[in-house]
Amino acid sequence: MNITLSINGARIEVDVPPRMTLCDALRQKLQLTGTHIGCEHGVCGACTIIVNGRAVRSCLMLAVQASGATITTVEGLAHGDDLSPLQAAFRRHHALQCGFCTPGMLTTLHALLTEEPYASEERIRDVITGNLCRCTGYIPIVEAALDAREAYQRSRESAPL
Amino acid sequence: MLMEADGEAKLLAGGQTLLPVMAFRLAAPAILIDLSGVQELKGISIDDTGVRIGAMTTWRDIEDDQRLRTAAPLVSAAIEHIAHYQIRNRGTIGGSLSHADPAAEMPGVVVACDACLEIVGSNGMRSVPANEFFLGPLTTCLSADEVLTAVRFPPWPATRLWAFEEFAQRRGDFAYAGIALFHETGATGLVENAHIGLIGATSVPRRLGVAEAALNGRRLDGETIAAAAQLASSEADAEDDIHASAAYRKALVGTLLERALKAAAERAEAL
Ligand SMILES: Cc1cc2nc3c(=O)[nH]c(=O)nc-3n(C[C@H](O)[C@H](O)[C@H](O)COP(=O)(O)OP(=O)(O)OC[C@H]3O[C@@H](n4cnc5c(N)ncnc54)[C@H](O)[C@@H]3O)c2cc1C
Ligand code: FES
Ligand code: FES
Repeated sequence: MNITLSINGARIEVDVPPRMTLCDALRQKLQLTGTHIGCEHGVCGACTIIVNGRAVRSCLMLAVQASGATITTVEGLAHGDDLSPLQAAFRRHHALQCGFCTPGMLTTLHALLTEEPYASEERIRDVITGNLCRCTGYIPIVEAALDAREAYQRSRESAPL
Repeated sequence: MLMEADGEAKLLAGGQTLLPVMAFRLAAPAILIDLSGVQELKGISIDDTGVRIGAMTTWRDIEDDQRLRTAAPLVSAAIEHIAHYQIRNRGTIGGSLSHADPAAEMPGVVVACDACLEIVGSNGMRSVPANEFFLGPLTTCLSADEVLTAVRFPPWPATRLWAFEEFAQRRGDFAYAGIALFHETGATGLVENAHIGLIGATSVPRRLGVAEAALNGRRLDGETIAAAAQLASSEADAEDDIHASAAYRKALVGTLLERALKAAAERAEAL
């Protein structure tokens, strides 16, 4: 089935089998392998992407359901070679070790902080209960998110929703 | 389409249960019918006949609707315990009720609240009280050609006392057990109209009638609470499973009921 969607700012047309999951389509059809697949049944959060402004599990969506959608994957966060403020904060705070969970953490937190730039530490911790990390112990991830909040607050002020 | 497919088709709502089930090859429906384009199934309306929530309304939309905090407070309170941020962005109330997992929160809440489920099929429309909708674990009275279209909650008096308590291993996981309850206090200060919905620790979402009877007409003191908690424990029909023993779950039901009754009483003081 042919679908058209916008991914990281580019309009893309792609032919996918009807039962292919969105994460498989991103990785296999579009070579966007930044999106990781951990469990394929909704538990780990590694496959999180942003569909029409909301963080979702790409393993729990069929690619055909994304027809017409606007999607941001982890590849869409940086501006060229410049890390986004959230990515830069992850680097500063050592918020990744093996990096397997990182694409899902970044997309989840990017969606959250875009919607809620003043999210409290408790809110941030609550939201990332949906993302498993086996390396960091989560503390540096929470610190990085707290640190990045200011950049989201500033961009909210300059371009309110 | 459901009729023509002769049982070979499945409805796809948020996919947050069906896609994992398909990923495990526990189901392989020949035909999938995606409901996400059906606008009529989405949305929340509130008037003096109560609250109506369309089947395709997402957890997220329910979470964001501030009106529900007074119009259907148990629904709002349950949401933060249902799955995680990303899953709440797609999972729907209709999908959860149709799937009828006894460990899920919303089936217990609709039963506690005497909600009605609106269903459309080839024989037309019908409305089924929540306590007749759930027949067993993962089993409802929906037939193969029927679609759940909405859930309707009766009006919620402002003076009603309520509480939602559950215990899960990690926030957002399915609960080991949970309690959704409300009651009113009559002019004499005695409990009236107690409704206790049980989540998990049961094979089918249901109310704890024996414990409710032990509350109605009594003053809500330590003795009444302890007696109701004891009855709730023995009334829960929990079974052993990989997560916890039946005995543990039964004890947990009593503890949660005690906590819930105390939390509801604290709300009375705030009124
Ligand atoms: C990691 C994880 C954790 C979760 N934790 C929780 C939790 O703690 N508590 C909880 O309650 N849930 C939890 N869930 C489940 C989640 O809430 C789902 O959203 C919900 O159970 C199903 O809703 P859905 O819209 O995704 O339905 P789908 O998966 O699309 O459908 C589920 C079933 O219902 C049928 N169906 C759907 N809509 C209708 C309709 N309108 N009429 C008739 N049949 C219909 C489908 O055919 C299918 O059989 C969790 C899910 C995951 C992946
Ligand atoms: S791969 Fe999607 S949640 Fe684990
Ligand atoms: S950095 Fe290894 S899983 Fe999170």
